[in-house]
Amino acid sequence: MWLEPRAQIPAWMWLVAPALAIGFTLLVTSVLVAWAGAPVGRAYALLLEGGFGSRFAWTETLTRATPLILTGLAAAVAFRARLYNIGAEGQLYAGALAAVAVGGLHGGAGFGAPGWILFPLMIAAACAAGALLLLGPALLKSRLGVDEVVTTLLLNFIVLLLVSAMLDGPMKDPTGLGWPQSVAIADALQLDKLVPKSRVHSGLLAAVALALALAALLRHTTLGFEIRAVGANARAAEFAGMPVRAVVWKVALLSGALAGLSGALEVAGRAGYVTLDMSPGYGYSGIVIAMLAALNPIGVVVAAVFVAGMLVGADSMSRAVTVPTYIADVIVAVALIAVLVATMWTRWRVHWGRG
Amino acid sequence: MLTETLDLLLGLPFWVAVLRIATPLILGTLGVLLCERAGVLNLGIEGIMVAGAFAGWLAVYQGSGLWTGVAAAALTGALFGLLHGWLTVTLALSQHVSGLGITLLATSLASYAYRVSFPKVESPPTVQPFSDMSAWLPLPVLNQQTPLTLLALLLVPTLAYMLYRTPLGLAVRMVGENPDAAEGQGLSVPALRIGAVMAGSALMGVAGAFLTLAAFNAFYFNMVNGRGWVCVALVVFASWRPGKALVGALLFGFFDALQLRLQQAGSGLFGVDVSYQFYLMLPYVMAIVALVVVARRAAYPQALMKPWRKGER
Repeated sequence: MWLEPRAQIPAWMWLVAPALAIGFTLLVTSVLVAWAGAPVGRAYALLLEGGFGSRFAWTETLTRATPLILTGLAAAVAFRARLYNIGAEGQLYAGALAAVAVGGLHGGAGFGAPGWILFPLMIAAACAAGALLLLGPALLKSRLGVDEVVTTLLLNFIVLLLVSAMLDGPMKDPTGLGWPQSVAIADALQLDKLVPKSRVHSGLLAAVALALALAALLRHTTLGFEIRAVGANARAAEFAGMPVRAVVWKVALLSGALAGLSGALEVAGRAGYVTLDMSPGYGYSGIVIAMLAALNPIGVVVAAVFVAGMLVGADSMSRAVTVPTYIADVIVAVALIAVLVATMWTRWRVHWGRG
Repeated sequence: MLTETLDLLLGLPFWVAVLRIATPLILGTLGVLLCERAGVLNLGIEGIMVAGAFAGWLAVYQGSGLWTGVAAAALTGALFGLLHGWLTVTLALSQHVSGLGITLLATSLASYAYRVSFPKVESPPTVQPFSDMSAWLPLPVLNQQTPLTLLALLLVPTLAYMLYRTPLGLAVRMVGENPDAAEGQGLSVPALRIGAVMAGSALMGVAGAFLTLAAFNAFYFNMVNGRGWVCVALVVFASWRPGKALVGALLFGFFDALQLRLQQAGSGLFGVDVSYQFYLMLPYVMAIVALVVVARRAAYPQALMKPWRKGER
């Protein structure tokens, strides 16, 4: 089996390739659902209904999608420049911790500073924490050639332990009844709800706005052009006189800040404090979302809503039929691989047999 | 404090712990090393270890022998390796992306299969794990280990011999350094790369099985807990050499065992009270420090992460 680049992509392929990817994903996951002993059709109906079928389902899905959009954008912009930031999980927690450090100062009273001063400070602190956390690996990569995949991955574990230490110690909520949770941020700093009696908060608007801004940045600005050039071919970019190292660290600051912001918005939009399980792997899911979206910021929003819908839908489905919630992760993983293969197939002609 | 530490380092139980902690890392690091020597980064390791841990444990739980369990784990690993090889070698997809996809797929499939098989268990079902080799092996420290540790230690010289002293090893290294030259010699680059990824992934599966069949006796969802990523770091630290990989795994085991003892001693460092989380960080911090130290002379396989297509130069 070998591949030959297609001179041009036939129009029908744009319809057939995604359809095949979806079909393949449904086929594989149907087998797994049937194995769990549940009626396949009903399980899918429940999954879709739970994720997208009602007002409540949509609010839950969009609540989940908010941090996923931001971590997805963090991965997308970094991967565009071939900076493999696998550390969004740690950057999210660093951002959340920084947000509480500012927003929960002096027992949540913030030294009595007004909200309009504290809120920007809190957001800035979270972005800075995420950005600085990624700046280290980015500098190690560009100065010493240390592989950023490994350093960012290992930093996730270090940050999570740091969070755990902070929740046990300096930032512990004294009224927390044994559950490790941080002090809460001041009430004035909490985000407004978008829909009454739901959990969707205004962080969603910020996430979507940032996706649009990032799309514009990549398409219309010099930095965006440089990011794309460095990602396409760093040596050629360097030869063309681009400051490749500077581009890499700018991308690192941007990517880390986005991931840090997702942590701050989770704190300010939902519980108001940090817990050790506030992110069920949002940082890692963000990478998958970015890849599903082919690193396109607008696509990230769509992919994040899809993944969030699967997670929320699987939760509600597993309460009705005997299918474990892990089916959501399986669906996303199979979909990712199917989409990657389908994209490949649109760009390359497959020849069976030896070349 | 100092005398306590010295006592600790001289005691046999400490070194037994070092070797036990190092075992899955030795197996996993050799697996990553084999893949990368053939030019393929395999970030699927974290998930493949989970799948191997589950498959090995499930086989034994359903009545197979322990070694059959190990074989099941190796086979599971090899199958995920085949998928990764097909995606990255045949289809030439990004190795980062495919590897992370494999980790997600393997982890979620194992978790799903576990929950389907055991829907309502409060405490995880257990198996009778490997026993140590004290009955027949007259070597201190090593005889406190299970046969899987012996296997891991024997694999180090075996893999080194294979890579440096056999035609197959030369071919594997060649497709990782200069696939065009390998092809010029009439070697099949795709076959060698996919074969190496499958064999390496099988080792990762066995590394996972060590956790369920030797270190513990049950399957827990978070039991791999970053060990796979540590292996990826250790390969760089080891400059892609099996002997140094062993040293790296033992060093990591040393720091992990040390932090456990310091935690238990609870005396703090130099009189300062330190929370246990900072001890837990120590091995991860050391891994990053090690990477930085060796970075300048890291000799990456020249074709690592570079897809190869026939007829393209």
